[in-house]
Amino acid sequence: MSRRPLIRELPPTRWFLRHPRYLRYMAREVTSLFVGAYCVLLVIAMQRLSAGPVAWQEFLVALRSPASLVFHLAAMAAAFYHAGTWFNATQKAMPLQIGEDFVPGAYISGAHYLVWAVLSLVVLFVAGVI
Amino acid sequence: MNAPFPPPPSQEGGDGGSQAMPAPYHDGLPSGRPSGKTMKERLVQLEVLRYNPDTDTEAHFQRYEVMCQEEWVVLDALNKVKESIDPTLNYRWSCHMAVCGSCGMMINGEPKLSCHSFLRDYEGVIRVEPLTHFPVERDLVTAPDDFMEKLKRVKPYVITKQKKPIEAGEYKQTPAQLMKFRQYSMCINCMLCYAACPEYGLTPHFVGPAALTLAHRYNLDSRDEGRRERMEVVATREGVWECTFVGACSEVCPAQVDPASALQQLKIVGSIDWIVEHLLPGGKP
Amino acid sequence: MAKSHKPVVWFPFAAGGTVIAFCMPVIVVLGLLAALGQVPPGLSYESLHGFAAHGTGKLILFGVIALSLWSSAHRLRCTCYDFGLRADTLIATMLYVAAIVGSAATAMFLFRI
Repeated sequence: MSRRPLIRELPPTRWFLRHPRYLRYMAREVTSLFVGAYCVLLVIAMQRLSAGPVAWQEFLVALRSPASLVFHLAAMAAAFYHAGTWFNATQKAMPLQIGEDFVPGAYISGAHYLVWAVLSLVVLFVAGVI
Repeated sequence: MNAPFPPPPSQEGGDGGSQAMPAPYHDGLPSGRPSGKTMKERLVQLEVLRYNPDTDTEAHFQRYEVMCQEEWVVLDALNKVKESIDPTLNYRWSCHMAVCGSCGMMINGEPKLSCHSFLRDYEGVIRVEPLTHFPVERDLVTAPDDFMEKLKRVKPYVITKQKKPIEAGEYKQTPAQLMKFRQYSMCINCMLCYAACPEYGLTPHFVGPAALTLAHRYNLDSRDEGRRERMEVVATREGVWECTFVGACSEVCPAQVDPASALQQLKIVGSIDWIVEHLLPGGKP
Repeated sequence: MAKSHKPVVWFPFAAGGTVIAFCMPVIVVLGLLAALGQVPPGLSYESLHGFAAHGTGKLILFGVIALSLWSSAHRLRCTCYDFGLRADTLIATMLYVAAIVGSAATAMFLFRI
């Protein structure tokens, strides 16, 4: 008897609708769009900064448009979601074995969260926000 | 050229397997249990994918209604259907205790071992399909050929350059050396991770979670000397670099192997290898 | 099959992903404050220019922007594939070139400060 197996193709453009875990994954991947766009804004900021105080002041004023505000909120959500998923993954990529046992993964991710919090507070302090 | 394999079961095989997967033997067969008065019955509706390669060009769903004990698993319900309603229904199973890895199916869209999917966790019609991403041989039976070929390709066994004579004694390993890879040795080859991995579904040449994890398991083994051979398969375009860390493999794994972590570690190992090979003078890993 | 050269793009992706995780949230928060009209003192021309005039400041700004750009470009490439766009070579080339151009421009602007 010959084999005649049934091949089921995965729909390439909407496979991620099958299960919430794939939507979560795609959300993580799509953060790159907003983070990347924000990086482009940072490149523009460097250009404005190098062009002198007037240009920089104009840049700061331009940031106050409603579109810019919405963009900042989206970028902030993306940056925080990226950070969370990234720190949660550190325990998978970099397990730490001391003696026989592995350090619990939560400690590894937790240490990253702690460093993140401290670093962010330092930046906010240096920038005169707090 | 291989060292004794598998290692003593007391360390790794049965003992460890049941530890990681505390699946008590579930006596689910209709006549298998002394009749207690608290035994509850429930009419279970199953929607099962059917495909007959001799007559069908497409698959279709068939509805079964079958009286089950409340504490049964989906596999018990299928067995009851096969026994009492439809003997033509095809599916694979063997151990009924989450050890053999042969009863993997999609249950309500989730890759599961049907022997470990309790009916009490499901309401309404339970939809049972063959594992996604694999060709359907017949009904719930899929063709594992692709996985088997990939498994072979990563050389999932201890490789030693020089075979020790028996008189030289056993290959010793400290508990710490064992713990380093123990989790990754728990794989039961059930292929649930392949059914969960969209990258495998989208690019079928991907070696995939379980095979790569086993490659990592042997790379981490202190007795092994085959890492370079394995990396020739692992560090290719079809190997670990096809993985985008969806993480679904680890979520569905019934043995808590966590393939996603193994693949992330392999990427780091592969990157360091690349730097050593290409950027360091006279570099060989 | 030969070993892949993917580490060339993956290593900076991983480094950039770490940089984004640690630095980007607070950077965006600072930008958000400016967008709300509450420009933090650190974003005044004098402070930021002073920071960027310093060698270490230049290095930090360039490192953060270049690695984040690369990481985003690489992840965006994979995202395109996941959304069903199969022209991977074209998309990858465009995104990586864009990241390199952005990094080079950043270096040039910082050099002028």
